[in-house]
Formats: sequence, C-alpha cells, structure tokens
Amino acid sequence: MSIRRYALAALASAVFAGSAVAKDYELLNVSYDPTRELYQDYNAEFTKFWVANHPGDTVKIQQSHGGSGKQGRSVIDGLRADVVTLALAGDIDEIAKLGKTLPENWQTRLPDASTPYTSTIVFLVRKGNPKGIHDWADLIKPDVSVITPNPKTSGGARWNFLAAWAYGLKAGGGDEAKAKEYVQTLFKHVPVLDTGARGSTITFVNNGQGDVLLAWENEAFLALQEGDGKDKFDIVVPSLSILAEPPVAVVDKNAEKKGNEAIATEYLKHLYSKEGQVIAAKNFYRPRNAEVLAQYGSQFPKLDLVTIDKDFGGWKTAQPKFFNDGGVFDQIYSAQ
Amino acid sequence: MSRRISPVIPGFGLTLGYTVVYLSLIVLIPLAVMFIHAAQLTWDQFWAIITAPRVLAALKLSFGTAFYAAIINGVIGTLLAWVLVRYTFPGRKIIDAMIDLPFALPTAVAGIALTALYTPTGLVGQFAADLGFKIAYSPLGITLALTFVTMPFVVRTVQPVLADIPREVEEAAACLGARPLQVFRYILVPALLPAWLTGFALAFARGVGEYGSVIFIAGNMPMKTEILPLLIMVKLDQYDYTGATAIGVMMLVVSFVLLLLINLLQRRIETP
Repeated sequence: MSIRRYALAALASAVFAGSAVAKDYELLNVSYDPTRELYQDYNAEFTKFWVANHPGDTVKIQQSHGGSGKQGRSVIDGLRADVVTLALAGDIDEIAKLGKTLPENWQTRLPDASTPYTSTIVFLVRKGNPKGIHDWADLIKPDVSVITPNPKTSGGARWNFLAAWAYGLKAGGGDEAKAKEYVQTLFKHVPVLDTGARGSTITFVNNGQGDVLLAWENEAFLALQEGDGKDKFDIVVPSLSILAEPPVAVVDKNAEKKGNEAIATEYLKHLYSKEGQVIAAKNFYRPRNAEVLAQYGSQFPKLDLVTIDKDFGGWKTAQPKFFNDGGVFDQIYSAQ
Repeated sequence: MSRRISPVIPGFGLTLGYTVVYLSLIVLIPLAVMFIHAAQLTWDQFWAIITAPRVLAALKLSFGTAFYAAIINGVIGTLLAWVLVRYTFPGRKIIDAMIDLPFALPTAVAGIALTALYTPTGLVGQFAADLGFKIAYSPLGITLALTFVTMPFVVRTVQPVLADIPREVEEAAACLGARPLQVFRYILVPALLPAWLTGFALAFARGVGEYGSVIFIAGNMPMKTEILPLLIMVKLDQYDYTGATAIGVMMLVVSFVLLLLINLLQRRIETP
C-alpha cells in the first residue's frame, strides 16, 4: 500500500517534471541606499508574478544596498550581481567599461533610457520653515546653513550639485561663470560634507545640524513618514530642479553564468508594468507610466526639471567636467 | 659539547615555512600588489598626486590628529594602567573589561555616537559652542574619535609591565633617600618606556588608517577636515584605482618610516 503510493508519487512527479521544468532561481539585485524599501515591496510582487506564470518555480531575490559608486565597484571587482539598479547611469557605464560584464549600449535596451522611475531633488526644512526658504536663492542668505553629502563620494549629492548649477545658470542668464559663483557661495553655507545621502540625513534629522537638507524627493518623504517626522519637518519644492534618473540594467555575463538571463530581464521589464509602477509611486518614486502618475499626481508637485542628457550632455560629459579631480567641484574649494 | 635545546614547537622548517606563507597571504602579497599597481604611474605622475594641495592638507591632518590622539592616550592610558594595577577598588574588574570595548564596538557606531554627543547642539557639544568653538566637524573632533578608537593600546601594553615591577624596588629606592619624583624618573620610567613606546606606536599607526569612526565626526571639508583614507575613497569613487593606490603607497611609506624610527628609539632605550 505505502509502496504503491510512493511509486505513484514518484511517477507523478516524473511526469510533472517532464512537462514543465521547475527551476529554482536565486537573483541578486545590487542597488543603492534609498531603494531598500522600494525593492522589498517590488521583490514580493515580482516573485508572485513570476510564480503565477511559471508554476513550480521558486524565486529567491537578494538585495544589496550601499553608496552607488561603492556598489558599482563591488560589481566590477566580481560581486555576482544579476541586475544593478544604481543612482547614476555613470556608475553602470563604469561597470560596462571596466568590468566588461554588459555591453556599453546597455541604456538603450529598456524604455525611457532604462530608468523605470525617476525622482528629483527637493528641500527638507525644519517645521514651519523658520528661515523662510522657498527657492535656491534663499539657500545663500547669510544665516542659512545647508546640509548635502559630498558629490565626490555620493551619487545623490551629484544630482544636488547639478540641480544647484542649473539654477545658478538660469539665474545668471546662461552664464557659466555666474553659475559657478552661485554654487561656490552655496557650498560656503555647507558646514558638513557627509560621504553618503543617509549620512547627511542623520546629520540633519538626528543631529539637528543645518536649516535645510538637499535630498532625494523619496528620502524627504521617508523622513516625514518616520516617527514624528511630520511634526518636525516640511518639504519645500524649489522652482527648478533636476530629473534624477536612477537606471537599471541586467549584468549579462553574471546572469548567463547563473542561467538567470530570462528571469533577470523579466525582473527589470516588470518594473515598467502597472503593478511595478504603482509600487514605485507608493515608495515616492515618480512613475514613468502616465496613468499611474495621474493616479498619484497630487503626491508629486509639478516643477521645472532639467535633465542630465539634455542639459548636461549625459554623465560621460558631466562627471569629468564637474566631479573628477580638478573639476568644477574641486575648483570651488581650491578657490576658497 | 654543546647540547641541542629541543624546541617546544617542533621543527624550525615547519614554523618558518608557516610564518612565511601566512605573512605572504595576509600581508606581503596584498601590499606588493598595491606597489605593483602604483608602479603603473611614472614618478612625475606619482609625485603630482601625492603633492596635490588637498592631499598634503589631508596628510598633515591625518598624521597630526593621530599623533595627538596617541599622545593623549599615552598620558591617560598610563594613568589608567597605573590605577588598575596599583589600587584595588570596587568595580575595578568592570573598568578593566571596559578598556577593550573600543576594539569590540564597530567603529561606525562609535563615530555616530560621538558625533551626536559633540555636535554644536549635542549634549556636550553645546557647552563648547557656548565657549565659541566646535568639537565635531573640526580637527578636535577627529582627534577625539581617534582617542576613543586607540584607547586600549597604551593601557594594555603598559599594564603587564607595571604589574611586573616589584614594589620592593621602589621601596628600596625610597629607603636610599630617593624623592618620589626621583623614583618615578629613575625606576619607573626606564622600566615602562619601551612598552609605552610600543603602545604609542600602535595607537598612532591605527589612528592614521582609521576611517569608519572619523568619517562621521570629521565634517569632511576639503582642505580643512578631510583625512587621507577619505581621499582614497574619493579616488575610488571616481574609479581612479591607480590614484587611490598612489596615496595608499605614500601612507604606507610614511607610516613605515615613522614606525621604524620609533623602533630604533626603543632599541636605544633598551640597550643604553
């Protein structure tokens, strides 16, 4: 009796395995700091989605978070990431160039320059906005102190810097010397340069330093959500900012080695689906999907946004010009 | 006829072989790779990198703060060792165990805690702010973090030596008419100095390379509060591996020369 039942079970499983090969997947998503909550939600959604379409598969997704540049370097140095979801296209460019684990035209492989969601840079100020900060010009008023991480070590801080530059350029009527003067004055109001976005948030929120924190929109919302954040801080949206585009890419060579190409590609594609876009919006990232954006529209105020590709000629131009050794950021400090 | 002394651990060949392999894997090969990597630069390029104004400012800051932290620990650490060895009091065992805590604590945790305490609005920092100076986000803050991280070194090197000095020696000196200061100068200092120097050198070397705790309290302002390890991280974040190794090699050479000098000084003290 028991033997017959066992044989039957064995037969059934053999037939089942023959019809649809169930596979166990282990996916590693190497990301940057503020996406922790986003991908926790998204991984649950994607696992459900994949298993519904591939019954019998099991999917385990691991996430790794840290500064965008540091994460990029880990992948170059051999961390077996199937997908990377970093803060800047420039970091994935370096993986392509130095690691040679994905083609250099990676950004053309998915819609919207491989950025399924975007964000922008806003101001987080103390409750009631005691210093009356409404736009970039207010940041250089005499008694205002500004907290931002170091653009040399933080991807987020590079977006901050470029947003400030864009404002300086506009206010100066397109004169780069005026823009430089503005950012130089601005950085005289910065008392601390933390190495990463989370470090700056700690300096501003927990240590009570500064009057205004330049932050990713999603980080600013998170700071409001945490504990009694709503009673301590306000978000101020400036007249002009930058469209922060954190891109995603499959690391082909790694995914191939692990037999994960199909699922890794699908993992990123699904970010563009309605479900994926809703999760992004719920985590305060601006969705690309117009319908989802409309649904969550009130959460994301409209403002003028410059873009890295149109206004700065892409990271390949902006990185050496502004942030490499001897670039604009170094110049404003050596001139002081 | 000379009798061969049988060693406690068997085999000169085995022990030396093990030592060489171990040292190579853990120390020599990684350091050699660093030198090889830096060798891609021409001498002029290397010199340009390590003499850039920001690197020099960081060099002065890193070695300066590490030196002051080692000095502070040299004084306070000796006092601590003295109290722990020479007196019995309730809670002595607990304080003794607490000395090692800075080694056990993740340095980032120490950095964040010290920063929270010593910022201009922090529990202690506000008093400094009232007096018109900053602790966190200044070289003072860096020295403070380094003092914390390197505290155990001097205590732990001086403590056993101090415990081994027989009290009778001091008593004999006193009987022969030495004043307390003379006992200190001619009995204690010569016995303690070699161990003290070891502790000092360890604290100094550790302080120069410290990153985790300093980075939160330093403020990281270019030319003012940037430490050398931060500049290495900055270069790495630009994927400038060679530039980063150049600074690494420079730090290594400077540290090695300083440690060598301390070692020589120690020899001269031990064999007058």
